[in-house]
Amino acid sequence: MIEWGVWLDLARHGLAGAMMLAGACFMLIGSIGVLRLPDFYARIHAAGITDTLATIFLLGGMVVESGLTQTSAKLALVGMLLFLTSPTATHAVANAAHKAGLKPRLGTIAPPHPRDREDG
Amino acid sequence: MRYLGVRYIIALIIVLVTLWLVLSGYFNKPLLLWLGSASVIFTIILTIRMRIIDNESVPYFNLFRMVPYLVWLVVEIWKSTIIISATILRPDMVLTPRLIRVKTLPSSGFGRALFANSITLTPGTVSIDLDDDEVIVHTLLKEMTNRGDFAEMARRCAIAAGEKEPAF
Repeated sequence: MIEWGVWLDLARHGLAGAMMLAGACFMLIGSIGVLRLPDFYARIHAAGITDTLATIFLLGGMVVESGLTQTSAKLALVGMLLFLTSPTATHAVANAAHKAGLKPRLGTIAPPHPRDREDG
Repeated sequence: MRYLGVRYIIALIIVLVTLWLVLSGYFNKPLLLWLGSASVIFTIILTIRMRIIDNESVPYFNLFRMVPYLVWLVVEIWKSTIIISATILRPDMVLTPRLIRVKTLPSSGFGRALFANSITLTPGTVSIDLDDDEVIVHTLLKEMTNRGDFAEMARRCAIAAGEKEPAF
């Protein structure tokens, strides 16, 4: 007799861990992007990664980890709230910069290779 | 018209009661249940008094059209996040930022807000200004300025906002 419950729990925790790890990786990538990209408008895009996919993965992982409980319902509500408010905030910041007259750098931009930077 | 208002009020009551129960989690404390009912009734009276009960304050009748749209949107977010992440992690990255004007197809306020927010949610494109029928979009890579993709998103937004399927 195989105890399915144990294996199901194991798979659930594995899935939750993998999702949270993916979310953390995307958070890291977004932060690297904010540091590396050259221009205000370009940095918004990198911050957008942490807003959307990283948040989806992190909150999804937490929902899977807590199972069918009240906690996961609350986490899903937090996710919905973030999904609605973060693009509005991003748009407000970008729109304010545009209205204030900050011109984006357009054309083709090649930021320096990390090894060529003096401050490393 | 009065019938429509009653429909929105009933939907709002159901949503508020569910929200209170989910957030409180106590079903056997009479005091908390009474406080919850009082808050819901107070909120309903306030919204009726302020005359803000309409499709924008109670957008739950679009829910069945919204769910397929959100699934499609998450897949799009996934695809463009992979592209942007690969660009960020390349040591010798090359960016080709553009400012483009995109025609908005949805005519209702809800549909246009949905369209602009979807553009911002997708990494690589940020809506920075809205006109009557155009959005100014900043894109990070020139691969993301494809008109067809924006037209596809606008069409799906119009459907999700409950407008008639536009002719294309």
